[in-house]
Amino acid sequence: MTIFKDKKTAIVGYGSYIPRYRIKIESIAHAWGESLDMLKGLRVQEISVKGPDEDQVTIAVEAARNALRRAPEVSPKDIGAIYSGSESKPYAVKPTSTIVAAAIGAPMSVRLADYEFACKGGTEAIISCIAQARSGMIKYGLAIAADCSQSLPGDVLEYTASAGGSAFIIGHDSGDPIAYFEGQYSVGTDTPDFWRRDLIKYPRHGGRFTGEPAYFRHVIAAATGLMKELDMKPEDFDYIVPHQPNGSFPVEVAKRLGFSESKVLPGLLSPIVGNFYSGSSPTGLCKVLDQAKPGQRILLVSFGSGAGSDAFSIVVTEGIERKRDLAPKVEDYINRKKYIDYSLYVRFWGKIAL
Amino acid sequence: MREVAVVGVGMTKFGERWDKQLRDLFVEAANEALKDANMERNEIQALYVGNFSAGSFVGQEHVGPLLADYLSLKYKPAFRVESACASSGMAFNLAYMAVASGMYDIVMVGGVEKMTDISAPEATSVYAKAMDAEWESFFGLTLPAAFALIARRHFVQYGTKPEQLAMVSVKNHRNAAKNPLAQFQFEVTVERVLASPIVADPLHVLDCSPITDGAAVAILCSAELAKKYTDTPVYVLGFGIASDTIALHDRSDITTLGAVVEASRQAYKMAGIEPKNIDVAELHDSFTITEIISYEDLGFCEKGKGGLMIQEGETEIGGRISVNPSGGLKARGNPIGATGVAQVVEIVQQLRGTAGKRQVPGAEIGMTQNIGGTGSTCAIHIFGRQRR
Repeated sequence: MTIFKDKKTAIVGYGSYIPRYRIKIESIAHAWGESLDMLKGLRVQEISVKGPDEDQVTIAVEAARNALRRAPEVSPKDIGAIYSGSESKPYAVKPTSTIVAAAIGAPMSVRLADYEFACKGGTEAIISCIAQARSGMIKYGLAIAADCSQSLPGDVLEYTASAGGSAFIIGHDSGDPIAYFEGQYSVGTDTPDFWRRDLIKYPRHGGRFTGEPAYFRHVIAAATGLMKELDMKPEDFDYIVPHQPNGSFPVEVAKRLGFSESKVLPGLLSPIVGNFYSGSSPTGLCKVLDQAKPGQRILLVSFGSGAGSDAFSIVVTEGIERKRDLAPKVEDYINRKKYIDYSLYVRFWGKIAL
Repeated sequence: MREVAVVGVGMTKFGERWDKQLRDLFVEAANEALKDANMERNEIQALYVGNFSAGSFVGQEHVGPLLADYLSLKYKPAFRVESACASSGMAFNLAYMAVASGMYDIVMVGGVEKMTDISAPEATSVYAKAMDAEWESFFGLTLPAAFALIARRHFVQYGTKPEQLAMVSVKNHRNAAKNPLAQFQFEVTVERVLASPIVADPLHVLDCSPITDGAAVAILCSAELAKKYTDTPVYVLGFGIASDTIALHDRSDITTLGAVVEASRQAYKMAGIEPKNIDVAELHDSFTITEIISYEDLGFCEKGKGGLMIQEGETEIGGRISVNPSGGLKARGNPIGATGVAQVVEIVQQLRGTAGKRQVPGAEIGMTQNIGGTGSTCAIHIFGRQRR
């Protein structure tokens, strides 16, 4: 859909955040009397849980601060736009992006808004920053993708929905680039696979309908569309990072697209921390950036229910070597963990209404 | 009563047909059948449709005229028949009667169900409506649980084993792997069946027929007219229809489906044949135990020897009596209202010799056995390549 031949629109800083608490899916299954056999297909062992004093905003702020740590050349005063993609904002009306702007010291002359498109609001935020940076409307944009993923108690979603997210500082022909954008391609249709009505606390979903006609159709269409535009094949990419609603879909979609498993595993988070909704594939991208070499090419494909996918081709540059150690890596957050049981899980989550 | 032939059949791909609505599925199968019969739609004089619960599955009742409308069968009589999983087996019988009686010369009969628009737990509740609402489902009994009780009793009375149940699934999956319209075109092993999650002990997921979208259609006409449409008409040689108690607990022996015994007795008599004359049968394997009990109740083997019959491979394609070459409800799929006519579609193809890789060699006489609920309805039809 769009090819950026100049290689000048780039990520100059990135950062992630994952809460420290974990619950094993056995604990959830135990609480609900569910057979672990029935859950095998998810290929998820444990998920992150937000702390009692955390929410989507605190995750967004932590990720934004880590992104700024990796972009020492960027002053918060130079950030012209902050967009936050999420489906679990603490406020239905009142932006997360204003709170992040205040927390990081952005100037008053800043463009702020929140994006919602189920699990792909975050990549839409990235696209807005790319567009505004390329057009010269801003010097730097901060795109945030974070969620405290909601799930109905006892629903199959509860075994995957977790908390975490990432942030990216994006500029055009400015700063010390970590990775540049080479092309972008999006698809969308009216496919009601997963939704949450206004004033309803937890999302609903169409069960197996979330698979073939939703996730697979859109991720595959966006990825193949981008590769066709770029005249590239799976062999041209070193990594693929699809949206990760569970542990099996991303591996399966990579296989169907013709990617070897070794290209999807480096960015795969869901088996050990779950699904961050908007923050899922963007945090997978951060995990890949934590280990990629300059010159390597990454295919990032988000998926948002409803439904649509955004695909990006991203090429890592030398700046990665100078910057990756300036903030905690995704792996650091993955390894920092404290297990809780289902009783603490429901309290931290506020799932018991008092 | 005059003789009746099947001159055209059509069926959709079975499975999760999220791309099609109820009406689209039926039209797809009906158009296939018309093409197969080399017939114009205005030659159809009446439409019979088996449908279990479109009202619960997709919020649509009054299915007869809906489908006639979408098939451009303007002003033609359109009947909807409901008998749970036996809906289109029963519809087929009424369509047969309509032609046999001389009231109509050419009729279309089909079945359709669109089940995947609701969740699996919701679908299970809809299935349970096939049972006694006041004395079974009200107390929490579901169809899988009822057949699990039947299986357990069969284990106790006859020593049937879970492995023998699993062998039914293995056989039917193996056959479905050769059927391009089947829902599950892959093979399974006994170990995999027994390792699959328990639905209702001793029935595992892979012992149970799935939730399926699909439609199947057949066109019937008088035997005199048949050769006008096809060189290979398949004749209806006999039928049997029977009902039994709606509730399982009102039967003296739950290891026998009395309606199956009675319907088969009628059908064999009318066709003038014995069980040993059947070359190929499409049986109602809603659960693996149902196929094993059906072997016995249809007289394919002695009572209590159904487990042994599957174990000995007697019902494999090319065995003593080939059972469910299509893959059966288990693996071809079970769109409830469409299942009865889907069985007819398979038998017609087998008797024509056009069943491809799953062809039963030299099949001359075939049977369909369609059961509703826990055996409260049974519709059996016997078909042959030659007239009676």
